[in-house]
Amino acid sequence: MRYRIRHRTTYRYDVPANLCHNEARLRPLDLPGQRCLKWRLTIDPEPEFHRTRLDSFGNHIDYFAIQRPHPELVITAESEVEVTSSGQLPLETGGPWDSLRENLRSSKDPASLDARAFALSSPLIPVLPELADFARQDFPPGRCILEAVGALNSRIFHEFKFDPDFTTVATPVLEVLHNRRGVCQDFAQLMIAALRSLGLPARYVSGYLETLPPPGKAKLVGADASHAWVAVFVPGQGWLDFDPTNNVRPGERHITVATGRDYRDVSPLRGVTVGGASHHLKVSVDVAPLV
Amino acid sequence: MSATVHLKHPLPANYPRGAWDEMIAADGQVNPSWSHVAAWLGDLSPEQAGATTAEIRRLLRENGVTYSVHGAPGGEHRAWQLDAVPWVVSEHDWKIVEAGLIQRAELLDHILTDLHGDQRLIHEGWLPPELIHAHRGYLRPCHGMRLPSKRQLILYAADLARGPDGRMWIVNDRTQAPSGSGYVVENRGVMTRALPRLFHRTGIRRIAGFFRTLRETLESFPAHAGAREPRVVILTPGPQNETYFEHAFLASYLGYSLVQGDDLTVRDGRVWLRSLGGLEPVDVIVRRVDAWFCDPLELKEDSQLGVSGLLEAMRAGNVAVVNHPGSGVLENPGLMSFLPGICRHLRGEELILPAAATWWCGERKAREIVLSKLDRMVVKAIHRAPTFDTVFGATLSQTELQQLRDRILAAPECFVGQEQVGFSTQPCLNGSAIEARRGVLRGFATSTPDGRYVVMPGGLTRIASSPDALIVSSQLGGVSKDTWVQGNDAEPFVSLWSEGAEAAAEPDARNVPSRSGENLFWTGRYAERAEGTARLLRRAVLSFVEAMGDDENQLRRHREILMGGLLGVTNAAPIHEGEEFAAVSDEEEVISLLTQANRTGSLAGNLRSFRNAAYTVRDLWSPDSWRVIEGIIREWVEDRPPAPRDLDDYTDPLNRLIIHFTALLGLNLESMTRDAGWRLLDSGRRIERAQFLLAVIRNFLVEARPAAEEQLVMETVLAASDSLVTYRKRYRTHPRIELVLELLLMEPNNARSLLYQIQRLGGNIDRLPRQVEGARLSKEQRILVETSSRLRLVDLATLTATNGGRRRKLEIFVDHMGSSLYHLSNALTLTYFRHADRPHFLHG
Repeated sequence: MRYRIRHRTTYRYDVPANLCHNEARLRPLDLPGQRCLKWRLTIDPEPEFHRTRLDSFGNHIDYFAIQRPHPELVITAESEVEVTSSGQLPLETGGPWDSLRENLRSSKDPASLDARAFALSSPLIPVLPELADFARQDFPPGRCILEAVGALNSRIFHEFKFDPDFTTVATPVLEVLHNRRGVCQDFAQLMIAALRSLGLPARYVSGYLETLPPPGKAKLVGADASHAWVAVFVPGQGWLDFDPTNNVRPGERHITVATGRDYRDVSPLRGVTVGGASHHLKVSVDVAPLV
Repeated sequence: MSATVHLKHPLPANYPRGAWDEMIAADGQVNPSWSHVAAWLGDLSPEQAGATTAEIRRLLRENGVTYSVHGAPGGEHRAWQLDAVPWVVSEHDWKIVEAGLIQRAELLDHILTDLHGDQRLIHEGWLPPELIHAHRGYLRPCHGMRLPSKRQLILYAADLARGPDGRMWIVNDRTQAPSGSGYVVENRGVMTRALPRLFHRTGIRRIAGFFRTLRETLESFPAHAGAREPRVVILTPGPQNETYFEHAFLASYLGYSLVQGDDLTVRDGRVWLRSLGGLEPVDVIVRRVDAWFCDPLELKEDSQLGVSGLLEAMRAGNVAVVNHPGSGVLENPGLMSFLPGICRHLRGEELILPAAATWWCGERKAREIVLSKLDRMVVKAIHRAPTFDTVFGATLSQTELQQLRDRILAAPECFVGQEQVGFSTQPCLNGSAIEARRGVLRGFATSTPDGRYVVMPGGLTRIASSPDALIVSSQLGGVSKDTWVQGNDAEPFVSLWSEGAEAAAEPDARNVPSRSGENLFWTGRYAERAEGTARLLRRAVLSFVEAMGDDENQLRRHREILMGGLLGVTNAAPIHEGEEFAAVSDEEEVISLLTQANRTGSLAGNLRSFRNAAYTVRDLWSPDSWRVIEGIIREWVEDRPPAPRDLDDYTDPLNRLIIHFTALLGLNLESMTRDAGWRLLDSGRRIERAQFLLAVIRNFLVEARPAAEEQLVMETVLAASDSLVTYRKRYRTHPRIELVLELLLMEPNNARSLLYQIQRLGGNIDRLPRQVEGARLSKEQRILVETSSRLRLVDLATLTATNGGRRRKLEIFVDHMGSSLYHLSNALTLTYFRHADRPHFLHG
């Protein structure tokens, strides 16, 4: 599948900001099964300084600074991405989760060594016995890893209520667990926390999901949103994605923009302004399939 | 170590040496390197010991050497403590320490470089990934960043102690922003003054060369276009930091600007200093702020101590941050268990300096060893964590051991167990007694421009808090020692200034941060306000002690006027908060105005504000100026007198205070360069002196009084403005209102007159940067021209005229002058002290 994606963020300040520094993680990644064919970042007003780089997770970062008073800042990221699915791996792939965890600890291959960092707690995702307890019913000894993770993915989907009013970007994982509600970001972080608490490397994936309009209705422009899901590391296979918000294994409808330990590593925009005391934020996302 | 000399002096008989001692060898003889110190100690009478200790304390105090207790309310500064007995290290021992520290610095530099690059040490199995990734000093955004120098670890410090095998052992590595080197210089300065003969007899190496190398290294980083040398600044968290004294000391010792985060801004991918002259490029930042706080954009987002965009400026190659922001990852006791292997792998050799056996709990076997011997282990977190202090298993109960075990198992990669090692003791003076205590030595290394490492021949020794204490706190508080390394220096004397360095110094406003300018301005204002208040209070105290006036009635009336004026001029808050009209005796009122620091308008309160402003620009005062400031602070802010006392007891302290302030003014005039900072200091003084004078006139002279009463009041006014003698000399008559006003307002030669202050302000402001705009006057200049002409044109006869018992015209005039000066102060603030607005964080 090919998609044209437009992600526009508007900050409107009460008082013009005099200076702002920003980091954008908006450019879709090139991955096995995903290619970013076109990419354009439009910043209004035009920044005085703009540099791009890759961060330590391999994400694309645009740093830019606007150094004159501006009442509004509009960032528009446009891309064309091709996603191909080589078909899902069978659930038996990877072998039993517990022996896999043991092998990982003595692993020597660089990919596994790098992945081990993702089994530790991170700023937004704690590793706690309570979270391991939550996961354990899907992880009996000897169960195949993909089957077990798939079961956890499915349980979060069924037992948790999607509720955009309940959480914010700062809601702790335990609070999500206790109240059984949240949004995609919360479900992703909860699932990562549960996997790490069992000693399995898991990472946070941010990107887009092509949404389908209700039957018989036209798709609304701007109705899409950023999405978040989970990847678990399986030696020999690499990172395999799961989407607990939709109870699916991501395929051709998920577009990956960035990966990291938790939301903080992948947030689409971070910025510091001087002046411009308070601001209003508007985000609109369009994911349009190209036929 | 085996050779001993037989001294003509016996061993200090009263020295209760420990089992394993630095001064006394196992055979009971004095180690040769200690012979002179031992002889001195042997001869030292209790009286001499006490006197030496007191002399050291006095010298430190005079230099204002402090260490702040972290988290103490109001940022109280504690005097630095230095023991009279140095730690003497023989030439032979030091050679090993030197080689060992260089080897370790090179090794740690390699690890730092590798971890922020391709991580071969992890991928090839020399370091487990969890040991690095679980460490708080490992900052993902710093990955891939490199300083444009051969070495990434520029400054390195390590704590050393002598282990049971007689070798020096590594206790800790310090790489984030190593502190202590400034205290070494202060300690050395004091020791050479307090014990000059002992110092020279022992034959000690000098430490100044180390700082010259450090300067060469810092100045070898690339300079911005058009500059011959890079601009280097020292970034401090501010006066609340426990080692702020050292930051200020190093700034003035090395000749760099001391800055806080909001003194800097990033534009066009480079760092700029907000100086009095405008934005100036910065090339090198010596970081004394922990890296996590350095850039709110990429690191701790609510940090008030950093600079947004700093990391990107570093990536762009436009600024060097020293040490590398990722260097905190090396302060990791878990590394100790992997260093021997890495040293063999990379260098094919053993570590020169041993460390206590260390087991990192992230590995199963090591963890099992730690847990099985937990009651004999020293357990440490891999990073300094506010929630976990080093624990000695031997001191724990069964329950506590179980809790520790659970804690380790919850996040094993975050803990290490170490064997407990007993370190050597050495003599210390406690009062007049000689005691044996354990000591730890912090050694320092810096890289050189060509990528070698140089070790300071000396260091900061800290000793345990009591003879039986087993460990020495890793914090710098507590008692320190100078470290005497025996041997000959290659060069007999090394000046800190290399040839031609003076020529490069920029004598202007471009190196003075705006915030320093502001603090100088307020130091000037508070100094004048405190001095004026002191003069007025001295007059009040005098009125209780001496009879002023011809009779009881007049005396009472004068005191009433004095008390009313005192409250009016100081604009003091009510003595008891919320009780506007509580009955308070005059004595109580005066004592409160003298001593109650939390009362707005009181002398003590003004002195505290003076102290805070002056301390924030600690790096800019000459040693003599600081000595005077220190004298004021000591008597009035730190060792506060036990109030209330007899009013008469305040006369001498008040006299001393006024003399101190006069001395400070003289030093400011004589020993400070007339740069923009000085002009702001002096402008602050002038504005405040003028405002104080106007307040005195408004509160004492606007109301017309019977002749005899007015005589006394005018005398008070003249005394409060230090013009009584001038008046008598000049007019040789009793005070008359028009003459008093002429002297205080219009006399250009009276250094206390309003006109004199206005003229001084004009001279200062014309020479400040950013004032010259062709023929157009700046806002400050316009205010001054208006004020000055109005003052010159005023008719004294009109001002003195009374109507209904009041000098209404005088009141209007004084108020007008006061508000003009108020606007002038605001205009200066807007032009020079504009701070960055508070940053706001955006998510999207």
